[in-house]
Amino acid sequence: MRLKLLAGLVLTAGLFQPFPGALADTGQWLQSECGSCHALEQPDYPALGHAERLTRKGPPLYYAGNKFHAGWLESWLQDPVRIRPAGVFPPGAVVPSEEGDVIDPAKLEEHPALDASQAKMAADYLMELRPHDELIAATAYTPGAIASRMGELNFTKFNGCDACHSDGPGYGGLSGPELYTAWQRLQPGFIASFIADPAAWDPHTLMPKTGLNDSAVERLANYLKLIGEQAP
Amino acid sequence: MNYSATLLASLLLAGSLPALAEDVQHGENLYTIYCTQCHGVTGNGDGVNVPAMSVQPRNHRDQGEMSARTDAELFKAVKEGGKSINKSVLMPPWGGNLSDDDIHALVRYMRQLCCQSGG
Repeated sequence: MRLKLLAGLVLTAGLFQPFPGALADTGQWLQSECGSCHALEQPDYPALGHAERLTRKGPPLYYAGNKFHAGWLESWLQDPVRIRPAGVFPPGAVVPSEEGDVIDPAKLEEHPALDASQAKMAADYLMELRPHDELIAATAYTPGAIASRMGELNFTKFNGCDACHSDGPGYGGLSGPELYTAWQRLQPGFIASFIADPAAWDPHTLMPKTGLNDSAVERLANYLKLIGEQAP
Repeated sequence: MNYSATLLASLLLAGSLPALAEDVQHGENLYTIYCTQCHGVTGNGDGVNVPAMSVQPRNHRDQGEMSARTDAELFKAVKEGGKSINKSVLMPPWGGNLSDDDIHALVRYMRQLCCQSGG
């Protein structure tokens, strides 16, 4: 396994650093290459306080196995297109202007691309990180259908999700991740659980816990399914 | 005497100016993290999300507007959301993410923004 890992990484091109032979396993490699931006183990949030959020450079990955679709993750790591228009910490990439606050592209960092073997190793490892199986198990959500107009009203007028998130290219706020691709990226159980109680997943999330009941969560999740299945 | 004034008086009486500075910094950090996306990095209500919003977020630097709100109203709006004070649903409730102490620190920082920093 170690030889296979090393062989795959020696072929690395681009920004991502080759696997240093002294490191013992994929976890150590990921910690070395990704750990400065991504939490691969659960941080001690109470001890770190909100300063943790001020300095966070990438989304936490220690529950990646509860969150992502494995195939999407492996593919994205090879072609990391931006999901969060203003980056993981919007105030760090936003500047005031005469027209109001705008994103300064120079302040946005690009994610390095991995080659196919690296991406598979990273995704395989990350998908084993499932510390929140109990949150998924507690979710009653079963994917279903919703009428487009009703889904849109729930997303916009009734819940105000569009203040921060886009439900289509060019529509909606810029501070949160785009949501017209959420269904392609995220497991249905995670979507429902995160909408219901985002702070249970990430105590310093910028997503508010709004106290939605199961039916309301289901309607929003089904809307993400609808627009996700229509997304390019 | 409102909550902010009470706290300030208590800290001054206790000789705790470092604690006051720490509290202000905490409020500013929370404001930066949770509020600036809509209320703007300078607090003027022109956040990066505004073009997508049907209601203009409050300008926290507007002394006139802010003076019309009590600390208790600001606290309620932050904790329970805009709907709780008959304002927009676009202002979400933060009570599930932030403690009461955090929200009090935010309110004190908003008071500083509007009325103590030349705004």
